[in-house]
Amino acid sequence: MAQSTKTAIKAVPLRHPLRWAAALYLVLVAAAFIVDASHRSAYDWKSFNKYIFDARVFKAAGVTLSLTVIAMFFAILLGIALAVMRRSPNPVFRNVSWIFIWIFRGTPVYVQLVFWGLLSTIYHSFFIGIPDIHFGHVYLGLHFAISQTASLYWLAIIGLSLNEAAYMAEIVRAGLLSVDNGQEEAAKSLGMSWWTTMRFIVIPQAMRIIIPPTGNEIVSMLKTTSLVTAVPLVTDLYARTRNISDEIYNPIPLLMVACAWYLFFTTILMFAQYFIEKRFARGHSPMIGVQS
Amino acid sequence: MVSAHEIHKSFGSNEVLKGITLEVKRGEVMCLIGPSGSGKSTFLRCINHLEKIDAGRLSVDGVIIGYREQHGKLYELKPSEAAKQRSGIGMVFQKFNLFPHMTALDNVISGMVRVQKIDKDTATKEGKALLERVGLADKADHYPAHLSGGQQQRVAIARSLAMKPKLMLFDEPTSALDPELVGEVLDVMKGLAQSGMTMVVVTHEMGFAREVADSLVFMDNGVVVEAGDPTDVLGNPQHERTKGFLSKVI
Ligand SMILES: Nc1ncnc2c1ncn2[C@@H]1O[C@H](COP(=O)(O)OP(=O)(O)OP(=O)(O)O)[C@@H](O)[C@H]1O
Ligand SMILES: [Mg+2]
Repeated sequence: MAQSTKTAIKAVPLRHPLRWAAALYLVLVAAAFIVDASHRSAYDWKSFNKYIFDARVFKAAGVTLSLTVIAMFFAILLGIALAVMRRSPNPVFRNVSWIFIWIFRGTPVYVQLVFWGLLSTIYHSFFIGIPDIHFGHVYLGLHFAISQTASLYWLAIIGLSLNEAAYMAEIVRAGLLSVDNGQEEAAKSLGMSWWTTMRFIVIPQAMRIIIPPTGNEIVSMLKTTSLVTAVPLVTDLYARTRNISDEIYNPIPLLMVACAWYLFFTTILMFAQYFIEKRFARGHSPMIGVQS
Repeated sequence: MVSAHEIHKSFGSNEVLKGITLEVKRGEVMCLIGPSGSGKSTFLRCINHLEKIDAGRLSVDGVIIGYREQHGKLYELKPSEAAKQRSGIGMVFQKFNLFPHMTALDNVISGMVRVQKIDKDTATKEGKALLERVGLADKADHYPAHLSGGQQQRVAIARSLAMKPKLMLFDEPTSALDPELVGEVLDVMKGLAQSGMTMVVVTHEMGFAREVADSLVFMDNGVVVEAGDPTDVLGNPQHERTKGFLSKVI
């Protein structure tokens, strides 16, 4: 380091008295609210404490979390597939994708969940293959029976993930569109196939655009799981806490229990998102990745 | 190496190439000049099969681009066959088009690893040698965003060379560069020309054309107006349109 002759600036920093006053006021209001709430009998904190770690609540929280994770997992995979199909050179793929998104984004998720619950009433079995071709009794394809007791849990996951996939497809599509055309051309001119180009060039770059809204979708999915009553699946956090509150004739403490758990999960998701976003910012932020 | 005969190409009702015929010999450097919109980029993209031609016959190294000829009939290539064909033709773009999520080295070896399926260690070794060749050995771990335009374009050239192409296409490789960075890229291209690479270069760098090119082609409005030895075409243009164009760019 060369000896520098610079003189550091010594100045009185700008003061912000109004900010301080506003913050103080809000803290006081919040404190008053908390003190009041801690006394208010309607909140019934004793029940809150009793049920927040209740084994049934714990298990229900697990159900909500697993619904979220599994449904999102399938929704993301299917969403990527739909978005990639949307810009495939193959018109069959393009149209299938368009119709799927049209239907699943165009109807309410609650209604879709009710439909999935009625699946076994509408169809008694389903069959994958070519329907009218068979050799004696041997059909060309696979045959599945839908039992009356088809797992409500999996029906809920199917319902949630198909609906969410339509939204994810739009998010992924926006991400893919954000990648400059020149990228695809450069990859092509190196001789990469369409799929290699997607997989190693376009999708990784689209991730930067895809991840922030996907984080939102996961948080949103966590809360949407409370609609699975429509299937009807009643083992998730919301249904279970409602159910328990019938025992104590006071819905409020168990609503608070449910909120506490939802908030706990969304907080974890927010942290996770922060780290994942950093990971995919490679090559874009001046701070990351340079090892000179 | 490149043989183009009566190439036609339209976008909708807009006919961009109206019968281009030209020949590039092995080891030859051909410069393409012409006003904006004359179809220079489109022609290059046709050679690399990034665009399909509507009429004419285009072959590289004796192989028809985009089609397979069997018993006098043409069959459209499968995407995988077309990709294989493209991998033997390098292309360098005006905007570099480096992959921003990969380091310089990863950019260079991306084709070797993903297309030629060469193992990573061998590819890395070759990739480093190529970066050295374009004078960027010390920038291997840098992301494109941390390189100057000239450095990015040199990485892009190394990335194309990694595929060991028999032909290199350059589409205004220095047009997006600050004037002081143009030289370093042209130097790399000169070295490449001296090593015997066949090159088709769209450029506005008349100095480069005069010094390095074996032939110069002036295109306007989708046709070849004038072609020949660069010194002749630049020094003694025969057509009014060539004269008009050159008086504006020199
Ligand atoms: N994908 C495309 N779709 C429709 N029109 C196109 C397409 N690509 C090029 N064109 C048109 O073809 C004409 C020739 O374009 P081209 O890019 O080949 O010109 P150029 O000689 O390279 O010009 P420049 O010096 O500006 O790069 C232009 O009128 C352009 O608008
Ligand atoms: Mg051009």
